[in-house]
Amino acid sequence: MEFPTETSPHTARPNSVDTVMLRVILALIPGIVAMVWYFGWGTLINILLASITAVTAEALVMKLRHKPVLFAISDLSAVVTAMLFAIAVPPLLPWWLTVLGVLFAIVVVKQLYGGLGYNPFNPAMAAYVLLLISYPVDMTNWLPPRMLNDHPLGFIQTLHTIFAGHLPAGLTWDTVSGATPLDEMRTQLDMNRMISEIRQSPLWGDFGARGWEWIGNWFLLGGLWLLYKRVISWHIPVSMLSGLIVMAGLFYIADPNTHPFPLFHMFSGGAILGAFFIATDPVTAATTKKGQIIYGAAIGVLVFLIRTFGGYPDAVAFAVLLMNLAAPTIDYYTQPRVFGHKRGQT
Amino acid sequence: MTPPNQQRLWRFHGGLHLPDNKAQSLGRELTQATVPQRLILPLQQHIGEEDKPLVAVGERVLKGQMIARSKAYISAPIHAPTSGTVASIGPEPIPHPSGLVATCIVIEPDGEDAWAELPEPMDDYQQRDRADLRERVRWAGIVGLGGAAFPTSVKLNPGPNVRIKTLIINGAECEPYITCDDMLMRTRAPRIVSGIKILKHLLEVEECLIGIEDNKPVAIAAMRQAVTDAGLQKTRVVTIPTLYPSGGEKQLIHILTGKEVPSHAIPAQIGVVCHNVGTTAAIADAVLEGKPLLSRIVTLTGDGVAEPRNLEALIGTPVSDLIAQAGGYTNAVYKLILGGPMMGIALHTDAVPLTKAANCLLVASREEAPDPSPVRPCIRCGECARVCPVSLLPQQMYWYARAKDFDKVQAYNLFDCIECGCCSHVCPAHLPLVQFYRFAKNEIWAQEEEKRKAEQARQRHEARQARLERLERERKAKLRKKKEALEKKKGAGGKEQDAKKAAIEAAMKRVAEKKAAAAAPKNTEGLTPAQQRQVDNAEARRRAAETEGEQEK
Repeated sequence: MEFPTETSPHTARPNSVDTVMLRVILALIPGIVAMVWYFGWGTLINILLASITAVTAEALVMKLRHKPVLFAISDLSAVVTAMLFAIAVPPLLPWWLTVLGVLFAIVVVKQLYGGLGYNPFNPAMAAYVLLLISYPVDMTNWLPPRMLNDHPLGFIQTLHTIFAGHLPAGLTWDTVSGATPLDEMRTQLDMNRMISEIRQSPLWGDFGARGWEWIGNWFLLGGLWLLYKRVISWHIPVSMLSGLIVMAGLFYIADPNTHPFPLFHMFSGGAILGAFFIATDPVTAATTKKGQIIYGAAIGVLVFLIRTFGGYPDAVAFAVLLMNLAAPTIDYYTQPRVFGHKRGQT
Repeated sequence: MTPPNQQRLWRFHGGLHLPDNKAQSLGRELTQATVPQRLILPLQQHIGEEDKPLVAVGERVLKGQMIARSKAYISAPIHAPTSGTVASIGPEPIPHPSGLVATCIVIEPDGEDAWAELPEPMDDYQQRDRADLRERVRWAGIVGLGGAAFPTSVKLNPGPNVRIKTLIINGAECEPYITCDDMLMRTRAPRIVSGIKILKHLLEVEECLIGIEDNKPVAIAAMRQAVTDAGLQKTRVVTIPTLYPSGGEKQLIHILTGKEVPSHAIPAQIGVVCHNVGTTAAIADAVLEGKPLLSRIVTLTGDGVAEPRNLEALIGTPVSDLIAQAGGYTNAVYKLILGGPMMGIALHTDAVPLTKAANCLLVASREEAPDPSPVRPCIRCGECARVCPVSLLPQQMYWYARAKDFDKVQAYNLFDCIECGCCSHVCPAHLPLVQFYRFAKNEIWAQEEEKRKAEQARQRHEARQARLERLERERKAKLRKKKEALEKKKGAGGKEQDAKKAAIEAAMKRVAEKKAAAAAPKNTEGLTPAQQRQVDNAEARRRAAETEGEQEK
């Protein structure tokens, strides 16, 4: 009798890239639902638009590269990139900016570098930064959360705003949009107001801004599920949030009047999303355990420094991209000691 | 909760908790396999030098008779597993991942099972010279029965300056499906313990640790009982957690002693020797009964075989015979794997024989051993590094092996890889990582071989060049000497020349004189004065006449 011969191991593989990506998508859902709850339908529309764009772009490039198209897009990595990008941008971003950003992410940042697994930079964050510095006004037009929003837009109105580019009759951008809490905090601090004064505003909740902090919690829930499912390990999220909190804590202790409470940093902007979903992107992060701790902590520190002293209110994208650059070097210098080797001898 | 005789354990990095799938083959008693029609005995069943046949085709052999051996130190002889006739000596398919054929001795059993004369039992081994004991083990053809097939006698001779402190008996059997060691420990624990006694004496060790994974409670109990019954001192059965690959030699040593065998070194260097339970029992057979290694216990299991079980079979029994004795194939049969699912080799045919190191035949269904799924790009998730028992960075090694950057892949310690398969198993991209490492290792070995050959060729060429130059130099030197000799001759040859000249002149003179003499009348000598006068007158006349004649002209 004849049998097929393959190389060991002969086991059924318990894990797959598709599963990993699918789990990331599932883990994002609670946070997305929260965003839709607080900021309206815009985020959902953006996610759909971005996903369609991403998958189409990916399929086209794979066809150009003479690679199996269906097999490539079924890994769901393009969808993950699209979702992260759409979550990061303002809910009412004009459709063509979303398309432009996603095309840049998939075609330039991901595929031009060789596709999945080969891109040195996080595609979603690179695209976000490209739009942020090219279209700063559109990219900072956030909405106030539902409890502070006097003019919430319905689904059709949102659709119209995103695709037609103008608001429903009787509304102006000034009435509809608002700054992000981080932006607000920066502006107020720049006006030399004290934290205690600033926090008088109804904008603020227990830690961060109302609405925002809850979105952070829901993303945290998804992130913890990813940890439980071993899609990610604790090293990057814990070290990144620790880096951020330690820095914020030191400055807070030094001067609580001009530096917000550390948990404000953690529950504002993209800190939680970044710690569990963006900095943990395996392709662009450090891969050794020691390296991941350094990588995460450095992102946390950079986020704080850029938020506090840099030109932009939030900094996750910048910090992640900067550390993407450093990841290969970090990996090189943090190789584990191999069994049977002396410490320090590689 | 630690039992009283439990000791501290260490943990190696990574590893996998795999479904152990051992119950299937433990449900039936250990049985003796029948003697097949043909026994196929490959000449190479061990690591080291291939054996040379000691018998000829048509020759009758007796059970236990040595039929092949090698003079090399690292080798193990082969014995006839039963009596019969040598049917052929030639190429037969052997268990090899590439489906190779190799020289085998084929014996047709005569059914008599007649024993050859065996060496005497060494019941008094404690009084024997250790070299004699080692020689007995060597004669018996015992190799590592856990799968490595390294000649056991070599491992028993750690060298004059090496002090062995701990003997470790490997009963971990960490790979899924395999139960032959479990079965051996359940059924023949006293024999294993006898082997341990011999090993302790041979290696002069005090301490012995028997490591068994905690998924084998029956075997653990049997071994504990046997150790107690034998009254062995400082010998402990240690229950270790079930975690693949804790049965790897270096891993088991680490678990039990906390010591790490240095990279590229053998355990003896840290005072440890490790033997498999099956090997230990075979040593007892060889020493106490004078029996060579003729059979072994093999597990037949998987969804592809009707009655999964353990069989004690003669070395050389065709795999197809064994499967028939386990109820034959089921409809689910898909792959035939020699060894376990993690490290075993897939056989392309069941016409191959059972060899000394064959511990398990996994007849797997498509669900148990599916075809490799399509490969995606590495997403650098690092799962491979998390499970690597050697703390390597498999992902980095993969990139460099793929790029054929063999210096880099070695810098990432490729040769510390034990090919356990953990990284491949967990890889979400389904990359055949171990295959990449095997490829890189083979390429590097090939390159080394090439380098060695090139170096040899270079040395040969240089030697030839040097020889030619030397010959040329010698030739020139000879010529020069000759020339010099000639020159010298010329210098000294002036007088000689004169002598020659003188001789020539003398000769010429003599010739001239002779000529002159010839011109004179012949009968003019010894004349009387009167006659002389007459002659003179006549002469004068002749001259006058001559002168006249000349004047006339």
